[in-house]
Amino acid sequence: MQSKEDILEQLYELVRPYTKKPIELGEETGLANEVGLDSVKVMDLITQTEDHFDISIPLNILPDVRTLGDFAEQLQKLLKDS
Amino acid sequence: MTSLFDKFLPLEETRAELVAVSGVDPFHVVVEKVVSATEAMINGRKVIMAGTNNYLGLTFDPECIAAACTALREEGTGTTGSRMANGSYAAHVALENELAAFFNCAAAIVFSTGYIANLAILSTLTGPEDVILLDTDCHASIYDGTRLGSAQVIRFLHNNPADLEKRLQRLGDRAGNTLVVVEGIYSMLGDRAPLREIIDVKNRFGASLLVDEAHSLGVLGQQGRGLAEEVGVETEVDFITGTFSKSLGSIGGFCVSRWAELENVRYAMRPYIFTASSSPSLISSTRKALEILYRSTALREKLWDNATQLYQGLVAMGFELGPEISPVIAVRLPASVGEATALWRDLLTQGIYVNLVLPPATPGGGSLLRCSLSAAHSQVQINAILDAFSLIKEKLQMHQP
Repeated sequence: MQSKEDILEQLYELVRPYTKKPIELGEETGLANEVGLDSVKVMDLITQTEDHFDISIPLNILPDVRTLGDFAEQLQKLLKDS
Repeated sequence: MTSLFDKFLPLEETRAELVAVSGVDPFHVVVEKVVSATEAMINGRKVIMAGTNNYLGLTFDPECIAAACTALREEGTGTTGSRMANGSYAAHVALENELAAFFNCAAAIVFSTGYIANLAILSTLTGPEDVILLDTDCHASIYDGTRLGSAQVIRFLHNNPADLEKRLQRLGDRAGNTLVVVEGIYSMLGDRAPLREIIDVKNRFGASLLVDEAHSLGVLGQQGRGLAEEVGVETEVDFITGTFSKSLGSIGGFCVSRWAELENVRYAMRPYIFTASSSPSLISSTRKALEILYRSTALREKLWDNATQLYQGLVAMGFELGPEISPVIAVRLPASVGEATALWRDLLTQGIYVNLVLPPATPGGGSLLRCSLSAAHSQVQINAILDAFSLIKEKLQMHQP
């Protein structure tokens, strides 16, 4: 099973192209307020993340995802179940 | 001190920028007077309406107007409540029977709008143990319906049966409890779902299928029943939703199914239970429009003539359009939001109203000038639309290196 840290490292690479200005990405980085993802870009990121990890990500997880750390935790659960 | 309204400030800023560019708010155009199915007064001048989804031009059909007037006089202006509380009018039930017969289906339910139809069905039909697999380009009403419900929601890549198959495969035993959702014609680019291929995939996994025919009812198929009829797969589609507000020229929505059990779902759908039912005049004009749609193919043929002419004319000018000829014709603009808004304003100044679609609402980003054609557009009007686009093409070329 992949650790949360492993997943986070991969997420940083996936999220970096979406950042509007250079920011330090970390577990507490907010996807909307800091990375600057709007509703459509969130969907694009989900599609890319699905391809990267070869999983389907239910949209139902979105209300529980505010930070990159939240996203990594959800991915960890999905990878465990896949 | 913060205000509840602070989060809307970016919207206010964007609106102000668009108004500064175009002189009018493209998302709050006031139609001062409706002249006909294809013309209206905007900013004090007559404009050709080429973005109304009035595909068959039935909003001014004399038979539909007469039917609405009769119902208005005989049954009043509104129903003042929901069907479960206040009772269904005989005309609501008659329309449901007529829709079931038209689609050769076992059950039909009428809703107050097309949006509510999707909200009701998507939120209720599937439960916590089920999965909804929807095309990424599905309409907001479908997404919103899934948010109101409890099913797991997964998207598959637009018009990509291979991606659908991959995701059904991942679901394992749950694939049989999955509702796949696609649209007959997608509203932004006018492209169709590859329905036969999608049905092949969903059949292999035992999944169910819902097709939203909002933009294809009255537009596709020999009898105008939509994409499923055109492709010849109606018996393999489990649910069809749609609207009365496009080809049928009124307001309302519906769901039909080959499964009689749909009737049981009626009593569990909150957007059905807690909304006022459609007024008698709306139901009556819808019934008449459905009758016209059924008995005549002439309007559909005229619609496609108009669509083909406009599409080919715009292609000849070098515009980048949606992938196939359709009554929804989306012109992709290689321009900034400000430039796109200015071009939209230029069309309006020339007497042509189309829909301005800006990111993030556009598939694949970029801006769109979205036209929707009507059977009621005349040759003179189609020529006028093409002339107006020709002028903005010149402007676009001037701005490009």
